[in-house]
Amino acid sequence: MDKIIVRGLNLWYGDFPALINVNADFKEKKITAIIGPSGCGKSTMLRVFNRMNDLIEGVRVTGEVDIDGTNAVSPEADLIYLRRKVGMVFQRPNPFPLSIYENIAFGLKIHGIERNADALAGVIEESLRRVLLWDDLKDKLKRSALRLSLEQKQRLCIARLLAVKSDVLLMDEPCSTLDPQATERIEELMRELKNNYTIVVVTHNMQQAARVSDETGFMLLGEMVEFAATREIFTAPKDKRTEDYITGRYG
Amino acid sequence: MERHLDEELKELHKDILQMGVMTQEAIFKSVESLKNRDKAQAQAVLDDDKKVDGMENLIDEKCVDLIARYQPMAKDVRFIATAMKINSDLERIADLAVDIAQRSLELADKPLLKPLVDIPKLSVVAQAMVEEAIDAFVNKDAALARKVVLSDPEADRLRTLVYEELVNDYMARDAKTVDRAVPLLLISRHLERICDHATNIAEDVIYMVEAKVVKPHPEQLS
Repeated sequence: MDKIIVRGLNLWYGDFPALINVNADFKEKKITAIIGPSGCGKSTMLRVFNRMNDLIEGVRVTGEVDIDGTNAVSPEADLIYLRRKVGMVFQRPNPFPLSIYENIAFGLKIHGIERNADALAGVIEESLRRVLLWDDLKDKLKRSALRLSLEQKQRLCIARLLAVKSDVLLMDEPCSTLDPQATERIEELMRELKNNYTIVVVTHNMQQAARVSDETGFMLLGEMVEFAATREIFTAPKDKRTEDYITGRYG
Repeated sequence: MERHLDEELKELHKDILQMGVMTQEAIFKSVESLKNRDKAQAQAVLDDDKKVDGMENLIDEKCVDLIARYQPMAKDVRFIATAMKINSDLERIADLAVDIAQRSLELADKPLLKPLVDIPKLSVVAQAMVEEAIDAFVNKDAALARKVVLSDPEADRLRTLVYEELVNDYMARDAKTVDRAVPLLLISRHLERICDHATNIAEDVIYMVEAKVVKPHPEQLS
């Protein structure tokens, strides 16, 4: 089933067209990777899904991004609800300068989801368990999140989204600051999470896209050149530009 | 730490095993159809070959997919490369079983030229070699693979026995036996070719386990 349906999406930064007539279907409970050279529009594409581009001056969007039946790019979209539902994990883990506990409690409180202390503790435990941090951190919840390792911080940032019941996880280069072992473990976590969440990951690392994703979109100069099963993209791409890029002949 | 690739390699392992089982069944049924003059069984070998071909394609696609997506190294890449070669040997073996079944169909309505003696012996050798070659792959057992390679001369010897007997004792003496002797001659050839493919598999297993190519260097077997 499709979770996110993109139709005729265009986005301009001022006069510059960053996305040009993009059409794509992102399947529910699958990992979709978006690959392409720098500046191709892949991060812009990702940020459309929870309207992060709104923060940039001079942005104009046309087209449709249907997430569970509502058009995310329409001016009437409920942004608070959208950003809760569609969470984002960034390149550099960005925990709040608070305790581990407060990092997760924060979202629950501002969204008014849970105020009862026992219930809050329950959600925090559950979220940390899902990202496999609970056993390591259960006795250190009052510690500052800034003292965690990079990998732990990234896991904590994912746990924050799980706590507020996001069901789409957007990941923008989630492993680019991690070493290969930590990368492998985060990828394993992504495979685990896709049983319950729809994941869209933007990555420069083609090998990562190949390893971890079910579907892959290749973008170039704002266009979605090819969008297909990862197996197809990496063994028999249909478009010559895709082939040139994944075989390292681009540019 | 268990990698995701390990899960995929386990699946590939299972697929090769399945391909091995299908191939062994094809040899067994084709030889039984000859012994029992059973047309239905021979026909079943012909019919089942489509499944073997389908399985071969599936395994090939999987291997290419794994290479493209994981860039495997060292023993992982040797395992996948070996799986691809074994896959193609197994498919050829199944084709040879089809050839035997076709000869068996040709012979089914004619009186048997002579009691079958060396062909069943050769078929026992062939089936054992294929089974052991697959076991060697499954258990990464280079010693068993060496045993398979060393069994090949016995297959050649039995094939020559069948040849000489059919040519000298039958065809040379009575031209009317040719249409019943030639299919038997071909069957011995098919069985001997099956043993050659089993030998290929065994050599590939030695490469997979020890990263050592023994194919053109039989002295490396020891």
